[in-house]
Amino acid sequence: MTHLSRRTFLKSTLTTAVLATVGGTGLLATRRALAAEWPKAAFTAKKLEEAVKALYGTDQMSPSASVKLKAPTQAENSAQVQIQVSAEMPNVEDIAVFVEQNPSPLVARASFHGAEGYFSARMKMAQTSDVYAVVRSGGKLYFTKQNVKVTVGGCGG
Amino acid sequence: MATDKQTKIRTRIRNGVTDVLVLVDHPMETGLRTDKKTKKKIPPHFIQVMSFFLNGKEVATANLGTAVSKDPLIGIKLKNAKPGDKLKITWSDNKGESGTGETTIKAD
Repeated sequence: MTHLSRRTFLKSTLTTAVLATVGGTGLLATRRALAAEWPKAAFTAKKLEEAVKALYGTDQMSPSASVKLKAPTQAENSAQVQIQVSAEMPNVEDIAVFVEQNPSPLVARASFHGAEGYFSARMKMAQTSDVYAVVRSGGKLYFTKQNVKVTVGGCGG
Repeated sequence: MATDKQTKIRTRIRNGVTDVLVLVDHPMETGLRTDKKTKKKIPPHFIQVMSFFLNGKEVATANLGTAVSKDPLIGIKLKNAKPGDKLKITWSDNKGESGTGETTIKAD
């Protein structure tokens, strides 16, 4: 086997393995292993849809009122935007937060194996954007979004 | 790798649900900023994985990106925790640094 073909082989098997795990065929153990590995492709994706797909294997998601996103309508300081996501549904497996207009939309994701479906953090925003809270429950994706205004200069109004 | 970066944990039990807030002293450098003096790009340096353990069992794992603010303040909630339970947080960043914080959940 030449060096080149071995590389290609490794690459393709790796991609298949990742896709299989993301596809949700997995047991809890594989899902946990996935979160323990930092999902580079999802964090470096430049578009919202690509980032969702890289993280969950699909970009099919439905709007849901059970996903609550608490974020300011106007950010006083774009480097410290407080967000809270809570999922009021059973079996919440995962929560992810995306800022559509950021250079890389995925901000953070959390996987749960016992904790409640809740995640809060402070994040940076490059500019005014829709913020998406995506929840995976029972293998399906649900989301809610909210627009957060970023004012240059930070003087509000 | 050991670190001098502090990991602080605050817990509060409210209506049977334990709020957990973790604050890590970390620059969360995006890699997009330029050093004003040297005009060189500041390399990225950020926490990638944070794990939450309740009495030794992993209950949540978070993956963070560069868009999480400097000195990240991460919150989760636990329903099955009670006073006296041990909570441990571990994190690791893209440069291989890692940190740990431990606390015992107290009754309010």
